[in-house]
Order: sequence, then structure tokens, then C-alpha cells
Amino acid sequence: MIDKLTLYMSFPYVRYALIVGVFIALSSSLLGVTLVLKRFSYIGDGLSHVAFGAMAVASVLKIANQELLILPVTVLCAIVLLRTGQRAMIKGDAAIAMLSVGSLAFGYILMNVFSASANVSGDVCSTLFGSASILTLTKDEVVLCAVLSAVVVVMFILLYNKIFAVTFDENFSRATGVRADVYNLMIAIMIALIIVISMNLVGSLLISALVIFPAISAMRLFNSFRGVTIFSAVLSVVCAFAGMIISILTGTPVGSTIVVTDVLAFAIISGIGAIKGGA
Amino acid sequence: MALISIKDLALGYDRMTVADGINFEVNEGDYLCIVGENGSGKSTLMKTLLHLQAPISGSIEVGDGLKADEIGYLPQQTVVQRDFPASVWEIVLSGFQSHMGLRPFYTAEEKKIALENMAHMGISEFKKRSYRELSGGQQQRVLLARALCATRKVLLLDEPVSGLDPKVTAEMYELIKELNDSGITIIMISHDIQAAVRYASHILHIGKEVYFGTKEEYVNSEEGRFFLRNGGDLA
Repeated sequence: MIDKLTLYMSFPYVRYALIVGVFIALSSSLLGVTLVLKRFSYIGDGLSHVAFGAMAVASVLKIANQELLILPVTVLCAIVLLRTGQRAMIKGDAAIAMLSVGSLAFGYILMNVFSASANVSGDVCSTLFGSASILTLTKDEVVLCAVLSAVVVVMFILLYNKIFAVTFDENFSRATGVRADVYNLMIAIMIALIIVISMNLVGSLLISALVIFPAISAMRLFNSFRGVTIFSAVLSVVCAFAGMIISILTGTPVGSTIVVTDVLAFAIISGIGAIKGGA
Repeated sequence: MALISIKDLALGYDRMTVADGINFEVNEGDYLCIVGENGSGKSTLMKTLLHLQAPISGSIEVGDGLKADEIGYLPQQTVVQRDFPASVWEIVLSGFQSHMGLRPFYTAEEKKIALENMAHMGISEFKKRSYRELSGGQQQRVLLARALCATRKVLLLDEPVSGLDPKVTAEMYELIKELNDSGITIIMISHDIQAAVRYASHILHIGKEVYFGTKEEYVNSEEGRFFLRNGGDLA
């Protein structure tokens, strides 16, 4: 088994995949706590479907670098969703459901009608669930992924205290003159960035798992915002790394393996949390 | 000039007026209690004072060098906070956000003041504890310490004793009284008319009739006598 691993490690694309996976896992876990506590979890889910639609459009238009289209579209939708959530013209969750199933259907039709590929359902499946595509990344894509992850991490560190304040008590923040709207917008932009980079790893259907599971797990064990944030980042990276190694060794799909690892970690940690809480 | 002057204020949601004809002013060092039946617009008034909601008509002016965002606020607890993983220290420090602008981290000076405020509120020993594990009274003290980090001038308290047992309630009122004695202006929404009459310097009664005056005037007014006679506690 070690031999097999060493053999695989000698391929540069496997090393790229591991590096990118770790970056993605780190950045995607950071906002999990905020999303869960602000009841924004569904926004992440909705946006990932939007990203799927955008990706379908990009592939039909044969845009070489698909991120260039997906990123702005997803950011735009994040902003729109956050606005509707506040104004309630259409209720927030309904707006998200409309946008997300709408873009799923739209994307699937586009891929069916215009696809030049012989294996349309295979393409769709890999976009939704992540494929071996993480193993076929070019060096440019690795760099782009790393840069975007770094942007998310730096934004998060600089905004950390403000995100905490706005998440814990938005009304207090507003009342004392903190520009909560601006920070909500920043959070939305970061979510969009995270979704776009995570698509490579786990595909658009499983992104929410990457964002939410580490945070929920960490909340079972830790009592401070800092503790939860740090632990969920570490857990996410560990699970992603372990998931990728398992998938390389056993040939299971990368994205789903990572998510299943996250689920298992959650189960174990919940158990520990229950014992600790009961003691 | 008064710290806050309210003129001909009308409040409500979606152009539906909940309360109107509200006139009052708050001067430095005052202890104003806002009382009234459920649904009379107390919470709406609070939100309007905090600029969380626009008034339907009328004006809110702040004076005496008070900036609009120099108001500390003790909100009613939200559902989110009940299972929020946050330490007492993190919450108290977050009160400084209003002065921070784009600066990302807290200064040593701010941390020192935060510690002083915690000592003042008697919660120093809880610094590393999780907020969600504390009792209701302890949580209120944490939020008060946070409000003190945001301002030293005016505190708005929204039903600060709701859900607290009688002993803790009494302690809370004493604490608020102490803050008021140390020069902080207090504006408090309350169901508890007895406590309002006991501690406040001024009373604003909103409802069908709006009444504003000093506590002594209120107790002898028609509204006040009627209100006090009817058991006082309006909850």
C-alpha cells in the first residue's frame, strides 16, 4: 500500500491535486460557522447550483478558462440572494430555490443540446459530483485555485472580528454604527469565491458538505468562535487529505470520498461531544 | 440642548402607524423608562432610536456632541445567540467594532478597557467561558459589558429583565442604577411599571395616549394612576 502511494506521489498531477485539495478544504471551512449560524447554509447550496449553470454556459461557449465566467456570475447571484433575503419581495428561501433549480435545469438543457461530447451524462455527473477532474488540473488551474484560496484566507483573517460581530448580533452592530451591509456583502463574495474553487474538488452538489460539516463538527467540541474556526479548518484539511488518499488507493470518486470522510468525522466527533457533555 | 430630542414622531411598519404624536427629550444623566401595553410600539420606538428603522414622520435629533452611533444597546436575546459558540471575552470585545472602521484587530488599550468593563459587571471570572453556558442574568451582564465598550454616554436597554428570576432582576436593576449614577444616560423599555416608577427619573408612556414627564409628574397623572392601579405589571 505504501508502495502504491509512493508510486502515485511521483506523478506531478497527483501532487497538484493534493495541494489544491488542501487549499480548497482550508478556505471552504472558514465561513462554515458563519453560514450555519446566520442561517445562510442554503445560500451556499443555491449558489453552487448557479455555478453549475454558469459552468454549462461556459462549456457551451467553449471558454477556455471557465472560472472567468463562473466567478462573476456566482458573485452576482450571491449579492442578489442576500438582498432579496433582506427585503422579502420574494421570501429568501423561495428565491434561492427558484434560482438554484432554475439554473440546474437550464445548465442541463444547455449541456444536452449543445454538447459536442459523446458522453453528456458523464459530463453532467462529473460537474455535479466532482470527478477525477481534480487529477487532470493544469498548472495554471492549480495556481488560480491557490491564489483564490489565499484571497479567501486573507480576507477572512482581516475581517475575522467584524464577521464575528455581525454574525453574533447584527442588530447591535447596526445600532452602534457598524456597516453590517458591507460585511454581509463581503461574506457573500467570499462564499461565491469558495464555491467556485470547491467545484473542482467535490462538484457542485457536494460543496455545501465541504462548507458545513467541519463547522458543525467543531461546534460540538469547542465553545469559542476562535476555537471553532481553527478546529474546523484543521478538520477540513485533514478530512480532505485523508479522503483524497483513500480515493487514490481505492479508486473511489474523489469528491464523494472526501464528503463521506467529513460525515464520518462528524459522527465520531458527535460521539465524543456527547460523552464529554454527559460527563 | 438635549442629548436626544424627539419631535412629533410617528412609528410603524409598512406605512401602518403603530404610535404617533411622540415628543420627548433625554438629557445627560437621565434615566428614562418607556412603558406601555404590548403592541403599543415600544420596540418599534427602540428600533427607530437606533436607526434600525426609519420613522414614518417626525424627527430624531441628537445633540451635545453625541454622535448617532455613540449609543450602546442591550438587545433582547435572539435565537441565534442561544447556541452560538462564543467566549465571553470575544463578545465583550466585539462592542468596540463601532469605533474600528476598517482596522482589523483590537488594540491593547481596547483589551484593557474590555477587562475593566468585565470587572465592573462582575463577570471577570467568566472570561474564557462559553456564552451559551451562562445563566440568563450572567448573559445580560456580558451584553452590558459589550454595550459599555461601544459607548460611555447612552445605553438603550430593551426589556433587560425579561426571563430573569426576582433576585437576579433586582440585581440587574441595581447594576443599571449604578451605571446611571456613574453618569451614563439610560433609556429602558420595560413591562415592569413598579420598577420604572422606582428607578427612573423620567417616564414615557406610549399607547393611545402618549405621556411624557418626570416620574413624580407621571405618578400623579391620570395615565399613571390608571396604569399603576391596574397591577402595574403589564406583561
